[in-house]
Amino acid sequence: MRHAMSIEPTPTSIHRAADQGTTPSSPYLEIRDLWKSYGDFVALRDISLGIGKGEFVCFLGPSGCGKTTLLRAIAGLDLQTRGVIWQGGRDISILPASKRDYGIVFQSYALFPNLTIEQNIAFGLENTGRSKAEVAARVAELLETVGLSAHGKKYPAQLSGGQQQRIALARAIAISPGLLLLDEPLSALDAKVRVHLRHEIKALQRKLGVTTIMVTHDQEEALAMADRIVVMNHGVIEQVGSPTEIYRHPKTLFVADFIGETNQFPARVLPDGQVEIGHSAFCCPTDGFAAGAATTAVVRPVDIIPHGAEAHAVHSLDRPATPQNLIDAEVHVMEFLGMFWRTRLTAPRLGDRTLVADFSVNAVRRLRIETGGVIQVEIPRERLLLYPRGI
Amino acid sequence: MSIAIDYAPPARRLRQQASRDDLVKLGFMAVIGLYLIVALGAPLFVMLSKSLSTYRFDLSAFEFQVSDETGANWATAVTADALNKELGVVAKKDLATNSDGRLAVTKFFPQFNFRSPVHYRIRGVTDDAAFLVGSTLEKGTAWREYDSAAFRRVVLRPASSLGIENFKTYFSTPALARSIYNSVLMASISTVVTVSIAFALAYALTRSCMPLKGLFRGILTIPILVPSLLPGIALVYLFGNQGVFRDWLMGYSIYGPIGIVIGSVFFTLPHAFLIILTALSVADARHYEAAASLRASKWRTFTTVTVPGARYGLVSAAFVVFTLVITDFGLPKVIGGQYGMLAVDIYKQVIGQQNFEMGAVVSVILLVPAVLAFAVDRRMQKRQVALLSARAVPYAPKRNVRMDGFCFAFACLVSLFILGMIAMCQIAALVKFWPYDLTLTTKNFAFDLMDGGGWAAYANSIKLALLTAFFGSVIVFAGAYMVEKADGFRFGRSVFHFLAMMPMAVPGMVLGLAYIFFFNNPANPLNSIYGTMTILVVCTVTHFYTVAHLTALTALKQMDPEFESVGASLKQPFHRLFFRVTLPVCLPAILNIGIYLFVNAMTTVSAVVFLYAADTKLASVAVLNMDDAGDIAPAAAMGMMIFYTNVVAKLIHAVVSRGLLARTQAWR
Ligand SMILES: Nc1ncnc2c1ncn2[C@@H]1O[C@H](COP(=O)(O)OP(=O)(O)O)[C@@H](O)[C@H]1O
Ligand SMILES: [Mg+2]
Repeated sequence: MRHAMSIEPTPTSIHRAADQGTTPSSPYLEIRDLWKSYGDFVALRDISLGIGKGEFVCFLGPSGCGKTTLLRAIAGLDLQTRGVIWQGGRDISILPASKRDYGIVFQSYALFPNLTIEQNIAFGLENTGRSKAEVAARVAELLETVGLSAHGKKYPAQLSGGQQQRIALARAIAISPGLLLLDEPLSALDAKVRVHLRHEIKALQRKLGVTTIMVTHDQEEALAMADRIVVMNHGVIEQVGSPTEIYRHPKTLFVADFIGETNQFPARVLPDGQVEIGHSAFCCPTDGFAAGAATTAVVRPVDIIPHGAEAHAVHSLDRPATPQNLIDAEVHVMEFLGMFWRTRLTAPRLGDRTLVADFSVNAVRRLRIETGGVIQVEIPRERLLLYPRGI
Repeated sequence: MSIAIDYAPPARRLRQQASRDDLVKLGFMAVIGLYLIVALGAPLFVMLSKSLSTYRFDLSAFEFQVSDETGANWATAVTADALNKELGVVAKKDLATNSDGRLAVTKFFPQFNFRSPVHYRIRGVTDDAAFLVGSTLEKGTAWREYDSAAFRRVVLRPASSLGIENFKTYFSTPALARSIYNSVLMASISTVVTVSIAFALAYALTRSCMPLKGLFRGILTIPILVPSLLPGIALVYLFGNQGVFRDWLMGYSIYGPIGIVIGSVFFTLPHAFLIILTALSVADARHYEAAASLRASKWRTFTTVTVPGARYGLVSAAFVVFTLVITDFGLPKVIGGQYGMLAVDIYKQVIGQQNFEMGAVVSVILLVPAVLAFAVDRRMQKRQVALLSARAVPYAPKRNVRMDGFCFAFACLVSLFILGMIAMCQIAALVKFWPYDLTLTTKNFAFDLMDGGGWAAYANSIKLALLTAFFGSVIVFAGAYMVEKADGFRFGRSVFHFLAMMPMAVPGMVLGLAYIFFFNNPANPLNSIYGTMTILVVCTVTHFYTVAHLTALTALKQMDPEFESVGASLKQPFHRLFFRVTLPVCLPAILNIGIYLFVNAMTTVSAVVFLYAADTKLASVAVLNMDDAGDIAPAAAMGMMIFYTNVVAKLIHAVVSRGLLARTQAWR
């Protein structure tokens, strides 16, 4: 489970750092004020982003949000409408693809069907002044790296999807590019292979230290692999940050909703760090909201803490609960999802709205939570997030 | 938070730095685009303007002065118009002429005598007024003086103007205008008959378990391998004045509509059959299962599942057949008798009467149905593709003795028709005098003794076919590659694609005539290719460009569009990717284009009939000319030579394809 109980730095301080989208040292790849339109349709809107050397960055967002478009602009395959791109201290904004420095892996792999695996990998090495022996040695080394040494003489069609994927990767890194671009490299594979390859790609990237951008619409993939995630929606960057930042402190409702699950309630801001949900007040950080503001309050199912059947049974916690955020709720539905129980609760204090909460197997056993029972749960003060309504 | 700017900032469009590849590609595209403009766009444009050009002697544009016998004193100037009004030497209707028209000026001077010492002056009233002195062209408003001997050689040239006069003339000539009706009628009847037969055959091949399906498929494609003249010749032998089965026609003559329809069905059947076969082959078995589970009757299944499924195929086939028949020239030339058809009219106007403007008018009229059919067909094709892309479960027919037997019998009947026609030509080519003297002979193959070009024509045809296949494949594939794979230059690429699609809508006769207008003009720097093998190759490649282009495009579209991106990211020049990957992967398609062009170059008559010269006579044209001269048996023999050649070419193609595939396509 992904929820650590420690108290995080306040969201706002992180947001400010992420706003700049820069890492401490001067970035290896820098995108400034980049726009891309197709006719009247704006696919990318004022994108600014910095990526440090050796970083593994994921572009994450729903399908059609412009991830591929941004990647292709970086690659010089689809020129941006305006905006500048710097790579390694060089302005590459209008360079043709062949003059930039990157390797790319497409979702389809785009392996040359009539060339053997070896010939595919060697394609970018030949014609570059290397001797035949050097090329052969490099190909052997790369095959070794991706663990497919036995398959060098085969044709792509004779390999499985996962193997083809690794060949495409080997071909892309053959010329030791400064930047590795991966466009949904795992989406065509089945779930098992996908998880396995995640680790392999990540390990390879660490080993080579190559700056990498991976496009994906799979949040789990992004959370598991990326050093930093760029969450995109409708052609704009919603948030940039590390996986934990993105997950625990989503800067917008969209990010909160897209990454992980959420309960959402209409809420009105009260004075003194409180909000009104349903007809009762809850404590939560209200920085930046005026009293009376209409907001959406968000809490993740995993963040809800069960306190068992008896009132005020707040033992075993290393931290006192805010009494105001404790509510009684009736368990309506319990669904066993393997690693945890997903429950649907209704609480009078929330105006009888359904509250989805995920409880560990352990907690359910210990607190004897069962369908039809009434339990007390806590919505932790700092895990109740507010967003302006209607966005 | 999303930034709420909903407008793009003022556009200062970036332009990508052109790489060397881009420049090379741009250059290639320009070359091939130029080829299509020179080989297609410009000739058609010239033809169109010819059809709208009318020529007329404008008598009021010329002025004369006559001297007395001393040659020193001149009478007042007078226009030719005034002289003609006074004398009435040229009737009004005779003033209309064609681009070659000449009018002797001495007509206007009844006292003219070339030995007289009288001098004459002539000048134009306008700058364009032109006249010839001998063969020297004079123009303009300056007076020119000639003695009587020279004045005898002065002729006026007509003024040209744009207008629809030619079309008016056309439609007021009943014999010509009637051809429109005839052509449409013949094309309609042939379409209905051909599509019905083709559908029945395709149905038999896809929905029954009859035996010998492969053999029938082979037989049904035979007509593609012979010129459309050949069924005409076969019909002459079977049902003509000496035909064995003449009585079957119950007194009607084969020369005319009957012959045209039977012959058209013969040569269009393979085209319709292949289109409908494709449409029926993609039928979804699930629909049939659904129909069966609903206990639908056979007939109901047929009308609610089979026919709608093949709908686009049927419409497409109908338009293809219609276009083929209405634009075909060879068949009606041989078997049409006095029955006027548009394509033959063009030939008669141009070759028979040297009336090029009228030929252009008929061409423009012939373009209308062809372009219409083409436009509708393209729309249908698009929908057919949409239908195809749905994942269908192929239908596997079940045994049914009665149905299978019926299908088999029908396929045999049609095969008999096709083989019978070919066999008739074969027999006619081998016997002394069908049907009276059936002793075998090779005299009909002694082409050198007949008009038409002899064996040299046959050699020329093979040369043309090989050159067309080679250069055609290269040009077509390179062009399709640019359309599909070059990025940027979007406008150029769509213009190019449009040009590449046009030849489909341009009948061969029209193309040939347009070539005369365009290339046989001394002012054209390309005039030197007129009358050479080069123009025949150019014309044939252009004539059959579209189907070849679409074949190449289909093959290229099946390749991953990211190959080029990968190549660029690996910093490889595009030609390396092209030769290492694109070309090898597309090789089967290229070979198909080659054989398609070869076969068509061997059989085509319509475009080249206007363009061959004494030393570039062709086998297919020889068939036409020998038939015209009454040497029908040698014509049949030459037609069979074309057939053999195509069969051999097809076999070689099959062997080469298989060999190459085994060597270069191990990955498949
Ligand atoms: N060539 C194009 N012409 C017009 N619209 C395009 C083109 N390419 C992409 N788009 C649009 O741009 C948006 C972003 O596309 P893309 O970057 O491919 O999304 P994704 O995030 O799924 O990779 C989509 O709405 C898509 O329809
Ligand atoms: Mg994408």
